[in-house]
Amino acid sequence: MVWAALVIYIVHSFGFYWVVAGIDGLVSTILLAAACWLINNNLRYYQPGKGSYINLLIWCLALAGISAAGCRWILPYLNNDKIYINFLSQSLAIRFFGDFMAIGWMAMISMLWYSQLDHKETEKRRSEAEKLARDAELYNLRQQLQPHFLFNSLNSINALIGFKPDEARKMIHQLSDFLRGTLKKDDQLLVPLKDELLHLNLYLDIEKVRFGHRLETEISCDKRCDEAMLPTMLLQPIVENAIKFGLYDTTEKVIISIRAEIEGNQLIIMVQNPYDAQTSRPKGTGFGLRGVQRRLYLLFARNDLMETHANDDIFTTIIKIPQA
Amino acid sequence: MKRALVIDDEPLARMVVLEYLQDFADRIEVLQECGDGFEGLKAIQQHQPDLVFLDVQMPKINGFEMLELVDQPPAVIFTTAYDEYAIKAFEAHAIDYLLKPFNKDRFHKAVEKYLAQAGAPAQQSKKTEDLLEAVSHSPAQHERIVVKTGTKVKIIPVQDVQYLQADDDYVSVFTQEGSYLKNKTMNFFEQMLDPRHFVRVHRSYMVAIQQITRIDPYEKDSHLAILKSGAKIPVSKTGYVKLKSVLGI
Repeated sequence: MVWAALVIYIVHSFGFYWVVAGIDGLVSTILLAAACWLINNNLRYYQPGKGSYINLLIWCLALAGISAAGCRWILPYLNNDKIYINFLSQSLAIRFFGDFMAIGWMAMISMLWYSQLDHKETEKRRSEAEKLARDAELYNLRQQLQPHFLFNSLNSINALIGFKPDEARKMIHQLSDFLRGTLKKDDQLLVPLKDELLHLNLYLDIEKVRFGHRLETEISCDKRCDEAMLPTMLLQPIVENAIKFGLYDTTEKVIISIRAEIEGNQLIIMVQNPYDAQTSRPKGTGFGLRGVQRRLYLLFARNDLMETHANDDIFTTIIKIPQA
Repeated sequence: MKRALVIDDEPLARMVVLEYLQDFADRIEVLQECGDGFEGLKAIQQHQPDLVFLDVQMPKINGFEMLELVDQPPAVIFTTAYDEYAIKAFEAHAIDYLLKPFNKDRFHKAVEKYLAQAGAPAQQSKKTEDLLEAVSHSPAQHERIVVKTGTKVKIIPVQDVQYLQADDDYVSVFTQEGSYLKNKTMNFFEQMLDPRHFVRVHRSYMVAIQQITRIDPYEKDSHLAILKSGAKIPVSKTGYVKLKSVLGI
């Protein structure tokens, strides 16, 4: 509309009647609108790649040419005035240029618009895919901890039933409590350290039955840490790793120590176990620890929250949990 | 009377086996219980038992690694809680295994089966050796080599191995600290070690790629690989081709 008014006004200012100017304005605007519609529609289904902007430019030029030529051939049918036709052919270059600017503008806007739309769409898809992958991964990490522990525990219960039925019963209850705790926990959820330690103790008690006098644990936890929050089931794989490392690496008695403290706005948990520097795998990060690191990354988007040290036959794992 | 050992790191797990074995008290005598692979190895060498109940996952060295060190493996009934790879290997070699927790019936079946076959110990031994061969492909076994030096057991991380040399029925494993004999063939190691890191460059030699500093031409059609340690390893014509393809030259 604005375009039409503008053209009408300009043509009129060259000394033509309003009717003549009006027809001219309408026709050229309709042609231009058609060209714009074409290019817009085109861009909706086809986003030019980086190298094909030149194609787009050619398209714009061609369309501008067509609409200008349209004016040149259609307008004389509607008005036979010699002066007007003369004016028409003289103004052709200007019309072409004006049309080209308008079509180019239109092309640019619709290109931006559609690429924005496209971008949003991919962004959404990606975040959805990421979420799915994360869920699956967390599920797997949790699953992988179970079978070995579970079957061995059942085997211990099987042994106890024969000669210490009371202890067998107690272990069944510990195992059920532990499994129930594992099942109801959501991996994304943060829990107070106090609850997590309670759960961990169930696990440790079961392991102590399995390994008898060989396994001992020391847990020291600052009162202030009780309410500190950490992701559920994060501690267990670390302790499991420490036990495995400790028990499978030495043949003597093993003491696993777990210490928690608050430093700044971080909860710091340190787990230590003895190991044999001679026989251990040098990297020292088994599946369990890699899983912990991955989880910390997924939850906090940071890679520096877990570290391990090995010296003097003691292996130390430290995790830091940022507190909200 | 057959003589048996029970090797498992969990006392309660050993207890189950002992309890179930009471039903065979007239035919099987338990010599000893062992809590890890070292003890187990010592007991096997000392007593030469007929039958071993063996856990797979144990401290220091696992059940398979322990068996590798035994000169003439006895008949073995494996016990394991969960080990997909091992179970596949057991099935493939018709060696009996018990999945923990196992019941009395299943245990009886395993022992009866052993007693029925007990007349042919050579066959048992062969089965066990085939099994170890198969297990050596498992990814968990790629990380270290377990050898015996005198009465001691030495665990060599694969990273420390510089090269291997065949010596009759043995293979010498060379590390910075010295060399160790293992009564296995070169083929065994070729199966076991990661082909991206170890190449059989000669009928009698396998070398850790990372140890090679340069390769010199030697006699017609053959080369010499010079290692960081200064050792010179002969490279045969086909070995050279393999080496080139692994190194990507």
